[in-house]
Amino acid sequence: MAKVRTNIMVCTGTGCLANESEKVIRNLEVILKARGYAEEVQVIKTGCFGFCEQGPIVKIEPDNVFYVRVSPKDAKDIIDEHIIKGRRVERLLYVEPKQKEKINRQEDMPFYKKQLRVALRNCGLINPEDINEYIARGGYEALGRVTTEMTRDQVIEEVKKSGLRGRGGGGFPTGLKWEITKKQESDVKFIICNADEGDPGAFMDRSILEGDPHSVLEAMAIGGYAIGADKGIIYIRAEYPLAISRLNTALKQARELGLLGKNIFGTNFSFDIDLKYGAGAFVCGEETALINSCEGKRGEPNYKPPYPAEEGYWGHPTCVNNVETFANITPIIMRGAEWFASMGTEKSKGTKVFALAGKINNVGLVEVPMGITLREIIFDIGGGIPNGKKFKAVQTGGPSGGVITEEGLDTPIDYESLLERGSMMGSGGMIVMDEDDNMVNIAKFYLEFTMDEACGRCVPGRIGTRRIFEILQKITDGKATMADLDALKQLAYMVKDSSLCGLCQTAPNPVISTMKYFWDEYLAFIKDVDHPRGEGKYTAENKAEIKS
Amino acid sequence: MTVKTLDELRKIREEHLDRVRLREDGEAAGDKIEVLVGMSTCGIAAGARETVNRFVDLLAKERLDSVKVVPVGCIGYCHSEPTVQVNVPGQKPVIYGNVKENKVQEIVEKHIKGGKPVEALILHVDFKRP
Amino acid sequence: MAENQKQDQDRKMLRIRINDQDLTVPEGITILEAAHGIGVKIPTLCHLDLHDLQLHNKTASCRVCMVEVGDAIRNKLVPACVTKAYDGMVVRTDTLRAITARRMAVELLLSNHPNECFTCPKNLECELQALADELNVREIRWEGERMDYPKDLSSDAIVKDSNKCIYCRRCETACNVVQTCGILSGIGRGFDAFVGPFFNIPMVETSCTYCGQCVQVCPTAALTEAYHVDKVWEALNDPDKHVVVQTAPAIRVALGELFGMEPGTIVTGKMVTALKRMGFDAVFDTDFGADLTIMEEAAELIYRIKNNKTLPILTNCCPAWVKFIEHQFPELLHVPSTCKSPHIMFGTIAKTYYAEKKGLDPDNIVVVSVMPCIAKKAEAKRPELTKDENNNVDIVITTRELGAMVKEAGIEFDRLPDSEFDRPLGEATGASVIFGTAGGVIEAAVRTAYEWMTGETLENVEFEQLRGMEGVRKAAVRIGDQELKIGIASGLGNARVILEEIREGKADYHAIEIMACPGGCIGGGGQPYHHGNDEIIKKRREAIYQEDRRKKIRKSHENPEILELYRKYLGEPFGEKAHQLLHTHFEKRERI
Repeated sequence: MAKVRTNIMVCTGTGCLANESEKVIRNLEVILKARGYAEEVQVIKTGCFGFCEQGPIVKIEPDNVFYVRVSPKDAKDIIDEHIIKGRRVERLLYVEPKQKEKINRQEDMPFYKKQLRVALRNCGLINPEDINEYIARGGYEALGRVTTEMTRDQVIEEVKKSGLRGRGGGGFPTGLKWEITKKQESDVKFIICNADEGDPGAFMDRSILEGDPHSVLEAMAIGGYAIGADKGIIYIRAEYPLAISRLNTALKQARELGLLGKNIFGTNFSFDIDLKYGAGAFVCGEETALINSCEGKRGEPNYKPPYPAEEGYWGHPTCVNNVETFANITPIIMRGAEWFASMGTEKSKGTKVFALAGKINNVGLVEVPMGITLREIIFDIGGGIPNGKKFKAVQTGGPSGGVITEEGLDTPIDYESLLERGSMMGSGGMIVMDEDDNMVNIAKFYLEFTMDEACGRCVPGRIGTRRIFEILQKITDGKATMADLDALKQLAYMVKDSSLCGLCQTAPNPVISTMKYFWDEYLAFIKDVDHPRGEGKYTAENKAEIKS
Repeated sequence: MTVKTLDELRKIREEHLDRVRLREDGEAAGDKIEVLVGMSTCGIAAGARETVNRFVDLLAKERLDSVKVVPVGCIGYCHSEPTVQVNVPGQKPVIYGNVKENKVQEIVEKHIKGGKPVEALILHVDFKRP
Repeated sequence: MAENQKQDQDRKMLRIRINDQDLTVPEGITILEAAHGIGVKIPTLCHLDLHDLQLHNKTASCRVCMVEVGDAIRNKLVPACVTKAYDGMVVRTDTLRAITARRMAVELLLSNHPNECFTCPKNLECELQALADELNVREIRWEGERMDYPKDLSSDAIVKDSNKCIYCRRCETACNVVQTCGILSGIGRGFDAFVGPFFNIPMVETSCTYCGQCVQVCPTAALTEAYHVDKVWEALNDPDKHVVVQTAPAIRVALGELFGMEPGTIVTGKMVTALKRMGFDAVFDTDFGADLTIMEEAAELIYRIKNNKTLPILTNCCPAWVKFIEHQFPELLHVPSTCKSPHIMFGTIAKTYYAEKKGLDPDNIVVVSVMPCIAKKAEAKRPELTKDENNNVDIVITTRELGAMVKEAGIEFDRLPDSEFDRPLGEATGASVIFGTAGGVIEAAVRTAYEWMTGETLENVEFEQLRGMEGVRKAAVRIGDQELKIGIASGLGNARVILEEIREGKADYHAIEIMACPGGCIGGGGQPYHHGNDEIIKKRREAIYQEDRRKKIRKSHENPEILELYRKYLGEPFGEKAHQLLHTHFEKRERI
């Protein structure tokens, strides 16, 4: 088989076929043969590009030029102009309606540029149990460069410059965390990967660990080099047996190649990683609770300060980063901080993986550049709400976040904008609700989760969350009065204000934000007020309707 | 063998480059066809293991020795698990969704043997890798 | 001391503001400490900082000390107990936000607390109750589920009522960090969390030593002593019973606290009067048993030294410590002295020598021990400490229980005249009094051993090198041409250090005294609650030494009643009959 120089890919999805793409193919093949290019240029039928309203679609690879609305008679120009003379056929390029500007590269088009897979770059593409495939994708090159060509400060500087922030939810600048840990005077330091993913419906980290374990191992070694740690720990919940097994395989292979262990890349840097299994308590995702659990203690948070960077695992300076954070490190080293910082918003750089769930057509994982709007994620990528229902709200940040309604859909997503809206980035869970969902029930669902998952250490977390849940229960049972609503509000703010760690400080967010945006839904349950929408008081008859 | 220099690492990379190139954009020589099956927890739960077994059985039965089945991680398309990517050298890789056990025969027959993707199962992929 | 001051001077000074008052504080100080310095009281509950007892509970979990830090634009609530001051810090303890948060924390605690103050053993001693009053809690708005665990009444010593547990974890710190026993820890999650043994197994099945330090620090009645007051009243009202009472040395310097007296007040005479008025047939002194213990222990020490037997010898007056070594160091059970503890020796003598002397049937004698201790309750029930199915000691009550009985009897304690202990078992020396504080047993033993080994008269009986509040003290005493190396540990964590030295063969001692409670019996689990003030324990200690100085006879072997006991009944110290009556054995126990 001769080497194919160029591929002409023609969409043969249903939409394009209806627009005569079969004829386009036939014409292309005939003309190529006539011009003598049949051997080195191949016409390929492809599946749907998902851009049917602009079909038929023709894409030229490797030039990555994208033609739309190609009719059979355009085949001649594509071959004579583009293939033979190397000139783009301007009139066939896609024009973005808003900009009236011609766009020819696929990733520049709104639909396609929405997803950019940095953290998930290798997932689904390589065999996670074969280190050679990871290396073939450029793996461990970053570790090699870091250990042989860069100083520790240079590595930290690069990560700082990239603007990468913690992907576990807190959003603390990763480079700064590394710098603080590096500055601690101690012979023994640790770097820990927080793989205790616990938000209901979120599985970004699991996907990375199962699909691309080496990307985390390599990044941990880079982090270890930067902060001066020779030991890493991956704290992973035991409910992730496949991820654990793939990590163990990856560790074994990396050690066999000397990419972990003594004298990495012939330098005097040595680094190895242990796995510690968690029992799946949500609170163990909090870094001090995680460290306690690693030490074999009860998994509950400590008061900070001291921060783990000062006093962490067994009292030694410890840097704790999330799986997704680590998955971004290697691309930053390989492609440079500027490249990374070119994506995203002013304060939030790069991409973020979200787990889309709830009332949405395309349930699954998406990775998008920061700054994209929720509307784009839900409607363009997620395919909108099923069954023609109306969008009501989206919960971001899992049980620690809040709801965002229609009016917030066009906010560009970053750490700050979500906080301003009373929600948070969180680890990336995104649950979509439609018009059928009752928001009081939604709040109750989340409170039940946090109430059960709270460690119990502090009074607001232990008793406060339970009492919030009980009031919500009373409300949905139709037994609550206005006084209960007042008490609920006061208690929610007190728990937010007074709890010891992030878990319970954020636990009331679903209540606070639903009370803010859906006050009437609360009122609808209250027995001593008239229903604001004039539907009358809560009655046993409309109970089922309201609760559904 | 241990890697002691970047050059040694790059050598390994060169050796295996063809494999991943084929998957990224179909740009590879030879006639080695690959079937990637998303084998994360979610995919397995949706039946990916049965799908893989079926591929292996069928390919053996058909004596298609040049086709390799590779378990990979997931692409996050939970709504369409199990997902399967078929890579034919010189062709843009094709990703299929909802490939339950009973869909395998059709893919082997039409795409792998016949060179024609199974339109109905094709998943439009809307992401890019850097 | 001078060095400490110098360190203080080297510390960086910070300027902070609390409720509009400007102050300068050294770096490292918490908001709570800084506020205390200027007379601003911030309520606390879980916080406990007992420097002398090495107990620091800094869980910051109750959120009762929340104060507002920051300025008008950006401020937050922080726990004052653990938040350190920084330069320029602005603190307000009196904003509505802070007051509401603090009060609501207590309100929440009360919403999950049995409202049974009237019948609660900690009524008027409860820190949660006091806090509810202090923070003006007037209603509990939150109704709902409450914890519902059965009481653990399995042991003879400690009652655990988890429904009253507010999860402050003080007991856990006392048990794990100070005592290194590891019995109590947080179990359960979220709303169901409380402190208990793992899997919440009954206390009696654990390696608990019953030292009672958990009881001493529990702010509520989640952990209390097993209550035996009613048994005493029954015995006192049984006309067939001859009820004798003995009081441990540490009682007389603490009992007064229960009647509003200054800590350190010596109330020996009033206590004896009260006991007599309550109807005890004879009021005796555990100090007599202590003198007897010294006779046996000093003899055993000299025997071991002269015959090259196992050294060091370990004192074993403390039953919590005995249980500790049985569970934690079963391979070292040949090391402690085989002597029974003083109150058990007393019980044995009461039911043999005293019964014979008085012509009483031992079955009709009831021996009541008033102890600063909870472990003594369990000790009295040990199978080997009963003779012919007769308990050596029948009932053990704590200092607190005695106080409750005195109140119930309608005795106005502070107005009582003084009385003397009854004879013969009430005669005691200064040596036995100091048993009540850490280092006292060994000092008493040295006073006797010195004279026995040298044949000389000991002029100065006060061995300053054996006194002090440190957890571990090492000292040497010259006796004739021999140097006696002494170790003293109080607190089981400190005991563990010394025991590990012994196990590893690194210990170079002749004799070691170990007490389970930090500071010795004066800080016992059965003493009046110190409520986080360790100065009280120091004052009790001073009083103990004062009581010793007041005694004419200060060496155990000079106690005339003891000498008569040996002459008429026991024969030689460490002799055959003494062995039979006054010595015991230990058994290996599992570590659970």
